[in-house]
Amino acid sequence: MESTTISHTSELRKTPLNALHRGLGAKMVNFGGWDMPVEYPSSGGLIAEHKAVRASVGVFDVSHMGDIRIRSGAKQGGALAAVQHISMNDASKLAIGQAHYSAMLYPEGTFVDDVIVHRLGEDDFLLVINAGTREKDINWVRQNTKGFDCVVEDLSDAYTQLAIQGPRAVEVLRKLTDAELSGIKNYWFTYGTVCGLKNTLIARTGYTGEDGFEIYVPSDVATSEKVWKQVMEAGREFGIIPCGLGARNTLRLESKMALYGHEISDKINVWEAGLERYCKMEKGDFIGRAALERAKAAGLKRTLVGIEMVERGIARDEYCCCNETGEKIGVITSGSPSPTLGKNIALAYVPPAYSAVDTNLYVEIRGQKCKAQVVPTPFYKRVRKAAAPNVS
Amino acid sequence: MAYPKTYRYTKDHEWIDVKGDLATIGITDHAQHELGDVVFVELPKPGTKIEAGKSFGTVESVKAVSEIYAPAAGEVLEANGELHNTPEKINSDPHGAAWLIKVRLANPAAVNSLMDAAAYEAYIAEKGKETSA
Repeated sequence: MESTTISHTSELRKTPLNALHRGLGAKMVNFGGWDMPVEYPSSGGLIAEHKAVRASVGVFDVSHMGDIRIRSGAKQGGALAAVQHISMNDASKLAIGQAHYSAMLYPEGTFVDDVIVHRLGEDDFLLVINAGTREKDINWVRQNTKGFDCVVEDLSDAYTQLAIQGPRAVEVLRKLTDAELSGIKNYWFTYGTVCGLKNTLIARTGYTGEDGFEIYVPSDVATSEKVWKQVMEAGREFGIIPCGLGARNTLRLESKMALYGHEISDKINVWEAGLERYCKMEKGDFIGRAALERAKAAGLKRTLVGIEMVERGIARDEYCCCNETGEKIGVITSGSPSPTLGKNIALAYVPPAYSAVDTNLYVEIRGQKCKAQVVPTPFYKRVRKAAAPNVS
Repeated sequence: MAYPKTYRYTKDHEWIDVKGDLATIGITDHAQHELGDVVFVELPKPGTKIEAGKSFGTVESVKAVSEIYAPAAGEVLEANGELHNTPEKINSDPHGAAWLIKVRLANPAAVNSLMDAAAYEAYIAEKGKETSA
């Protein structure tokens, strides 16, 4: 028996909640150089964690995520100009208190990383970036904003970031803050006192496809553990449980949210990834734009599709996709059993000719070609504005 | 969960229960715990020859695919068909109802070189120390 999720814990970076996770008996793995909980047997494990988030509420330590603040220098507008230059979405459309999904691109139109851009003020932006690409991202931002009148600050280690996710997340957080949560729309944020901590950033964001919040608190261990424990205590009546990166991955996959190194990378461009609605070509020039224009003219060679296994078998990352005649046509980027749907699902890059819903594909699993089918995505979409279900 | 005293164990976390030249093979409680929720099992058909130390099947959790290695050489007599629809039994009863295959051993004496329960428990305790260091 040999597991593909082997962890080597020496030299790994730790979040301020590391000792707490270990105390809970979490299974830890190396995730992009970070020693992170993949699941908590004390929560009932990955599937139980996944289902808690879909049905009620779960909490994730996502302090490994990085944070880059970009502020204008002497003149107004420097920060906005810099953000516009290094990211593909149109940050000029963001109101103060609003956030959006975006990405930083290489000149080739491929991905440095995907980011959530928050507009903290007229001349003040916060970019939340991935853990595994932190150093690369911060260097990229510093290099490519040199010509702009702005100040770039790496705040990655300043925050403990907790994601409280699920239909009951709002009820949990309401018990811990004076902020008016019902006024925060999806992808908006506010500041409020949370667990007695003034001016805490509270964002209605997440990576689960469910309603939920991400809060940013000071990263010292005592404060981080205090907030975690208060969240757990407030959520007890809703059955809140700690959730690890395993459930985070299955939740985001069902919702077809991209994972860096899988659906997006320095080899994949925006059109292929199907992220055109976050890429505003009309906003003016930005890094990667010229290459994207050329790529659009040249036409798509591959596109991201959702597939569902028809035959028995689980498609996994990097498995090959074949057509009816056995010819290799594409590759799986993420694949897993879907705890919500009870099916084996995956995302794959295939030529556009194979991207129509109901197209038959074959996934090569340990030498066997197993039948699969292209299905509509996202695999799971939450029902919005419905009353939260009562979960015992 | 206790490790049955009459079983023998491998470093790859399989167990083997030998009776004469017949044996039952499964994965250990430690193995299922490391894997997490088991969702899929692929086992050989009766008649398949298995070789000591070679993979004879796979167990998959939500996160990971794990090869299962034969503790000893032999011929498969039966695979546990129950696991096809209820792979999660591997999590709840790995040393009992969730056995994987029954085999006729080529050389039953070879099994004596594997760890007994006490040695295996010491082995996983040592491994645990390494990973939490």
